[in-house]
Amino acid sequence: MQVYEAPLRDMRFVLHELHGLDRITALPAYAEATPDVVDGVLDEAARLTKEVILPLNAPGDLEGCRLENGVVRTPEGFREAYAVFRDGGWPSLAGDPAFGGQGLPECVNKLVEEMICAANLSFSLYPGLTHGAAKALEVHGSPELKARFLRNMTEGTWAGAMALTEAHCGTDLGLMRTRAVPDDAGAYRLSGSKIFISAGEHDLTENIVHLVLARLPDAPPGIKGISMFLVPKLIPGEDGRPGRRNGVICTGLEHKMGLKASATCQITYEDAVGWLVGAPHKGMQAMFTMMNEERLGVGIQGLGVASAAYQSAAAYAKERLQGRALSGAKRPDLAADPIIVHPDVRRMLMTMRVNAEACRAVGIWVAQAVDLSKHAGTPAERKEAEDFTALMTPVVKALFTDLGYEMASLGVQVYGGHGYIRDHGVEQFVRDARIAMLYEGTNGIQALDLVGRKMPAHMGRLLRPFFHPIAAFIETRKGDAALGPLVLALERAFGMLQLATGQIATAGLKDAEEAGAAATDYLRLMGLVAMSYMLTRSAEIAQEKLAAGDDADGFYAAKLASARFFTDRVLPQATALFLAIKSGKASTMAMPEAAF
Amino acid sequence: MKILVPVKRVVDYNVKIRVKPDGSGVDLANVKMAMNPFDEIAVEEALRQKEAGAATEVVVVSVGPAQAVETLRTGLAMGADRGIHVKVDGTVEPLAVAKILAGVCRAEEPGLVIMGKQAIDDDCNQTGQMLAALMGWGQGTFASKLVLGAAEAQVTREVDGGSQTVALALPAVVTTDLRLNEPRYASLPNIMKAKKKPVDVKEPGDFGVDVAPRLKVLKTVEPPARQGGAKVGSVGELVGKLRETGVIR
Repeated sequence: MQVYEAPLRDMRFVLHELHGLDRITALPAYAEATPDVVDGVLDEAARLTKEVILPLNAPGDLEGCRLENGVVRTPEGFREAYAVFRDGGWPSLAGDPAFGGQGLPECVNKLVEEMICAANLSFSLYPGLTHGAAKALEVHGSPELKARFLRNMTEGTWAGAMALTEAHCGTDLGLMRTRAVPDDAGAYRLSGSKIFISAGEHDLTENIVHLVLARLPDAPPGIKGISMFLVPKLIPGEDGRPGRRNGVICTGLEHKMGLKASATCQITYEDAVGWLVGAPHKGMQAMFTMMNEERLGVGIQGLGVASAAYQSAAAYAKERLQGRALSGAKRPDLAADPIIVHPDVRRMLMTMRVNAEACRAVGIWVAQAVDLSKHAGTPAERKEAEDFTALMTPVVKALFTDLGYEMASLGVQVYGGHGYIRDHGVEQFVRDARIAMLYEGTNGIQALDLVGRKMPAHMGRLLRPFFHPIAAFIETRKGDAALGPLVLALERAFGMLQLATGQIATAGLKDAEEAGAAATDYLRLMGLVAMSYMLTRSAEIAQEKLAAGDDADGFYAAKLASARFFTDRVLPQATALFLAIKSGKASTMAMPEAAF
Repeated sequence: MKILVPVKRVVDYNVKIRVKPDGSGVDLANVKMAMNPFDEIAVEEALRQKEAGAATEVVVVSVGPAQAVETLRTGLAMGADRGIHVKVDGTVEPLAVAKILAGVCRAEEPGLVIMGKQAIDDDCNQTGQMLAALMGWGQGTFASKLVLGAAEAQVTREVDGGSQTVALALPAVVTTDLRLNEPRYASLPNIMKAKKKPVDVKEPGDFGVDVAPRLKVLKTVEPPARQGGAKVGSVGELVGKLRETGVIR
């Protein structure tokens, strides 16, 4: 059965103890986010996700969305749940207060997003897409467009969607065909067809604001000729209320492996009225604002599913009775022992647990950097935080979503055959998690972004806010007797990451395919180092608390156990990745194409 | 009209409680606490009355330790206007709570008190009735419906035989039953505002109340463990077994 309780204890640990929320609340922009307010927010979000959003997950998967006469119907209960969510002000949690947002920091927002994604990944898409679209509008839109649309989008009264992909162009948007022609009224008319438009049409909100990529008549060819347009489903009238129906038509719903309750639409724009967002031909820039924001959010989707899969698997492993412990019966009073006694089941549960914990810690590290990049006191601090966010965005996206899928699959494994049938709801996690590795740029593209763009940018400057603190941490903790083994393993993995970085930088400069062949392994290696750093720091805090006898609920002992398992049983993957990277591209590229 | 809503901090209803090894009570160390669910219903009802224009202010009051402020904040986050925290450590029995609340009522002069019919920790179901008696006010207990006028409240009560509607002259005490309403989720803006809403801190002495317990807990024990069942082959065998165990004769 799908069970989910937001892991509030761990969330608070990561937010307050590991990353120091006080660093963020010290910024005037976030002065409101005091610990008691943040705890109140997390508590209520936990209740809401568990009681309102989680119960719709399995039924929504079964029912799916329906297209009826051009109108998309979300599964039963979604409209009501979205209304509770919107009326509670949750869509606007981290929104700009100038447009009705609550202005809470991103590091709090990401924890709430994790809860929503864990409870119901399909549901999370609707507010998620709205955030991304609102963000692009906030950064690139004209004051008039913002005044007309942004408040409703921030508050979640209107939803957002992003229309990029066409049937023949996905990753390569330069091939785009959708056209925009200026009309006489300072607006544009758009014509063309888009596919894979998440939340492109649905019945949760009274209006949907599409951000559409299209070419102007005088556009240069390829990627440099793409502009972004705001195209509402209903054109707001003078009073600001949704008015005349625009030429935005949902012609079909994609039939998907999972994520069934999220409406993935084919949309045709027929002479649709739109307004330019940003400068002509600069649509890719605007799109990347939205993409970067979304990519962190998609990473959190992977974390959410991993966390939900872990909880469901752990609950099952404690109640499913099969066989006896290898060391002799643990529960002779029962017909068999619960399967959690078996080392292989333990291996799976621990793997799921520590990966979720480590990703949560990494995710909030990056989310704090997002906050600092906006509101830190000095330009230098803001720049450094921005560098770090840029570097880590592809890592969070690809690492978390790869792990989300892998952990969901382990969850099914814990259930055995009962995981493969629908009744327990855990096969849904696998199907739902799979998409996150693909959309907002496949994970292969994320890896290329890391080695091709982020790593070489400004002579490796972006790597500094990642490498320097880790190096300093290792240097100062090496002598620590209790922490020693964890630090030693981190040091070894970090050394391999440095070597791999050097090799890719050198070889990639001469031959881009060398970097391309190493990209995915490199991203995971970097992810493992980030996770190890986070868990080793967590272990340090845990040890201090344990030494002070301050562990009434057993949380710190468990945290220490997590860090040790990660170091012993997960981090060694770093060596394998390093060896693979070191071998270079030769064996990957050697096979003649005809032999495939 | 001002509505006063007493709220109690209790063990969260999801928690499986454990008795302390020495039998002196329930183990509350590191246990999740929350507002008593019946009190949530009371806060919700007061807020609905205010939203409908029948009341102008909702004041939540809690008698308890320092952490009871969290429970008050929960009420404020739901939408209550201000809080009163009467700070007491240790056990406070229903009569002492009722006396304290009577003192609060004399100071605040509410038009109506809405409170949970009982708290899910000790299930006493006494405080509301005692408060009404101490104040000499009417009481409408186990309410499933409340219609509030300017000088009178109509309360539909859940009684053994069905439901009963009583009219109470105001001020009065109403205690809530489960079916009165479904409490709202606190909205994000209200959670953020809650922190800035005023909470007065008082002590039992401010109301001249001695909270020393009058009752003595002899021991606290877990309910007996369930005995294993057995399948019977026929109705005759079932009846035989029931006779054997003395359930029927």
